[in-house]
Amino acid sequence: MRPATRLPTRPSTRLPAEIEKMFDRRLLTHFDWMLLLLICLIAAIGMVNLYSATSSWDPSGTPVYVKQAYWLGIGLLIAFTVCSVDYRHLEYLGFIFYGINVALLLVVLVAGKTTMGATRWIDLGFFNLQPSEVMKIVIIITLARHFSEKGHSSGHTLRELLGPFLLMGVPVLLIMKQPDLGTSMLLLFIGTTIILFAGVRRSALAVLAFFGLAGASGGWFLLHDYQKERIRTFLDPERDPLGSGYHIIQSKIAVGSGGFFGKGYMQGTQSQLSFLPERHTDFAFSVFAEEWGFVACLLLLLLYLLVIFVGIYIARRATDRFGMYLALGVVALLFWHIIVNLGMVIGLLPVVGVPLPLFSYGGTSMVTTMIGVGLLLNVGMRRFMF
Amino acid sequence: MGLNSGWAELPGLKNRFIFFSLAAAAIFLLLALRLWYLQVIAAEHYLSLSEKNRIRYVPIAAPRGPVYDRNGDLLVDNRPAFGVSVLPSEVEEKARLLDRLAPYLGVEPAELAKRWEKGMRYSRYRPIPLAEDVGREVMEVIQENGVSLPGVLTEVRPVRSYPYGETAAHLFGYLGEITEREIQEEAYRDYRLGEYVGKVGLEKTLESFLHGREGQRRVEVDVKGRELRLLRTLEPVPGNRVILTLQRDMQQAAEKAFADQAGAAVALDVRTGEVLALVSRPGFDPALFASGISGEQWIGLLQNPRHPLQNKAIRGQYPPGSTFKVAVALAALRAGVATPATSVNCEGKVTIGNREFRCWKREGHGVTDLKKALKESCDVWFYKVGIDLGIDRMSATVRELGLGETLGLGLDGEKGGLIPDRAWKRRRFGAGWYDGETAIAAIGQGYVLTTPLQLATMTAAVVNGGKVLRPHVVKRIEDPAGQILFETAPEVLHSAALPEAALRTVRRGMEAVVNEPGGTAWSSRLEEVRFAGKTGTSQVVKLKGDSDRGQDAIYQHRDHALFIAYAPADDPQLAVAVVVEHGGHGGSAAAPVARAIFASYFGLEPKPETADAAGDPAADPAIDPAASGD
Repeated sequence: MRPATRLPTRPSTRLPAEIEKMFDRRLLTHFDWMLLLLICLIAAIGMVNLYSATSSWDPSGTPVYVKQAYWLGIGLLIAFTVCSVDYRHLEYLGFIFYGINVALLLVVLVAGKTTMGATRWIDLGFFNLQPSEVMKIVIIITLARHFSEKGHSSGHTLRELLGPFLLMGVPVLLIMKQPDLGTSMLLLFIGTTIILFAGVRRSALAVLAFFGLAGASGGWFLLHDYQKERIRTFLDPERDPLGSGYHIIQSKIAVGSGGFFGKGYMQGTQSQLSFLPERHTDFAFSVFAEEWGFVACLLLLLLYLLVIFVGIYIARRATDRFGMYLALGVVALLFWHIIVNLGMVIGLLPVVGVPLPLFSYGGTSMVTTMIGVGLLLNVGMRRFMF
Repeated sequence: MGLNSGWAELPGLKNRFIFFSLAAAAIFLLLALRLWYLQVIAAEHYLSLSEKNRIRYVPIAAPRGPVYDRNGDLLVDNRPAFGVSVLPSEVEEKARLLDRLAPYLGVEPAELAKRWEKGMRYSRYRPIPLAEDVGREVMEVIQENGVSLPGVLTEVRPVRSYPYGETAAHLFGYLGEITEREIQEEAYRDYRLGEYVGKVGLEKTLESFLHGREGQRRVEVDVKGRELRLLRTLEPVPGNRVILTLQRDMQQAAEKAFADQAGAAVALDVRTGEVLALVSRPGFDPALFASGISGEQWIGLLQNPRHPLQNKAIRGQYPPGSTFKVAVALAALRAGVATPATSVNCEGKVTIGNREFRCWKREGHGVTDLKKALKESCDVWFYKVGIDLGIDRMSATVRELGLGETLGLGLDGEKGGLIPDRAWKRRRFGAGWYDGETAIAAIGQGYVLTTPLQLATMTAAVVNGGKVLRPHVVKRIEDPAGQILFETAPEVLHSAALPEAALRTVRRGMEAVVNEPGGTAWSSRLEEVRFAGKTGTSQVVKLKGDSDRGQDAIYQHRDHALFIAYAPADDPQLAVAVVVEHGGHGGSAAAPVARAIFASYFGLEPKPETADAAGDPAADPAIDPAASGD
């Protein structure tokens, strides 16, 4: 793990032995405690919120907030594991991961486990693997690898972007087929963010924008009926207030009725009266907003924004291009989850079933988020290594 | 750029980071602005929406489990009743609403307000019951006026119905609204105010089986509480079916045989301990309780001197009188104090210490052996043998026969009776035991107390070889799908170690009681079925010497009449114990009830008593030793 043997070849003013000691300490010194603190803080608020959101439930079985605590523990363990292995190994493994993951997505299509009309899982006996979720991380590694090699000073041409779009497009289409609009959309957002950051020529950007719009309007006809209905409803929730518009209306009422200071912890009438659906998963923030009000919401937003900024800072200070893209990809992953979920619960975006990282109940979301956090910490603590 | 300078050669990288950071911040700002709009600018609007925005949970009561007799006769069922309740969260002007509602329900507004307040302590969002079982007309009127009665709900609830009226009412017990204390208990965790729970009898002991699980309708409602649409219905789960060991026609025959007399009767299968009839008189109409009994009716039942609410079969503790002689005779035979040939010359009285104890028969029975002592219920024989036996040995054997202990029938409030001995008296009174007390105990008087259930169990033990079987009344319990949840198997509580010869001797005496001229129950014999028994009369109050304690005495001063019996005599199947309170003599008052039970069991036509009953020395009025001794 310690590439100490390479150190003496680097120019240095210090004695090699001292450097070696110093170097060990650097790994710890440059560990991003700030990021860890922010993550734990948000997760703790999330758990307190889950306690309220599920307090009126049948007391049998393990309470949801306790299960979430377990998941947080597991997640932190995963984060530490991920950051203990030098991320640069991933550069070589990236494409292998990608190949395996695409194969798994194909397996899902052929022999996946179907729940509630969607085929997203592979039944492994002891747990259900959701390859689309893993793909969120793998696509980051894959694109990071691609762009770290194909660095371009003056932006990429359309032709040069064909490769990355293909890399992204295959899993996106496979996931759309499951169907899982939310995840495929997020994949598209994350990938596009990395591509845009890597640089696109103005001419190429114009063409892409055109095709993007054309594709979006053409894609309308590829959507399932219920997906179309969600988008229609998003544009006009009142058209079906008790059907597909129900979530948005109830969530907006919950958030809005919270007012400036909130109704008080455990006092949310919307949530405590079971008026709000899925209030422990996708709509956990609505419960928070109703009970704590605008001030607390702002504070929570700030915490999330800080996470994003710390992530960008880590990307900025990365030692190599791969690390930079990797960190940036993770930032994009967190960012889009936050934006899509919050946008959804406050009625800015259609309801697509995207969890709020660290806040919504769920093991999968927690694990994916923590792998991302582990990668960020990994890149961050090795910013003085070569 | 330090160590990073090696690779970060891309021009404009710094700008790109700045641009992306600003973009992220801008999008976050957009979210914040949206929150500002929702939570500050439009807060009032959404707050009012959230206030009006309700899902109404309307509970659907589960029908309680039905109760059947052993042959599948439906004894306890359910019928629909209409209730009126109110959802406080949807009422703006409480006083006005209650004033308007009161005339429909025929209840004072103040009373309605009281019920409202009581319900408010539990939940604002669940309906509070205001009136039960209001009748179809009232419900229709309320529904028609629904617009002017916001928040008022009408609901259909199953309530108990009893196809056979008072039959076995004590056994079933009755329901009552759950109390505030009960609702705090763990056992009633899932109950809500206004629900009915078993208060006594099987309804209480089998509550968890009978109750079922409440269902729920989730209804979307608008500001005015009008139902917009049904979101979801959770069907209630009915309670489980209880199949009793009871035999309905026998139960009814026994109840009928009591006519307007008070008392109790128990009929058991001697081989299994199954209860085929369990009578307590007078009875009550359990339907009165089905949807809330009025205060007046309740007080009436409580203050009735004949205690109609008490289950006398398991809670009535009576001196067993001469029926006790069966147990004493067995004790004496076992101890070797007496043999079948042991004879006593009964001269109508005997002196013990310095007191005189009289036999019920003034002129005496003459030379009397064990069989005759049982058949004619000679007191003197038992005084003498009892003293030879001693109270401790007597009580020990008697207890082995199931007297003086609760038998675990499975109904609440079963009493244990009392079988005294020296140690008990020392504990209770701090005094020694006297021979005179032994003599009185030997004829089932004095301190001795037994319940009808114990007497029947003892009778069964006498004929089944000494096994004290746990009496039980629940045969099995099935869930609504017919799956058996619970089944009762015969259980031997303990076996009295009695020589078969002793049991045979006593049984011969009991046969003579009914089937030989001069036997105290001779008049109650049946031609078709030969049964055996033992009469008893137990005094209620101590009266001076020759005071009348018979039919001409004040009702409360009359003696209790008892009878224990089994049938058929040569192949016993059924054991019966009967107590008729203040009925006079066991032979004339209690034996006919047993007779009616046997007649029903063996499918005989009910017949009037045998013609030669009149003038027969059927009675065995036990004397009052205290009075006679003084």
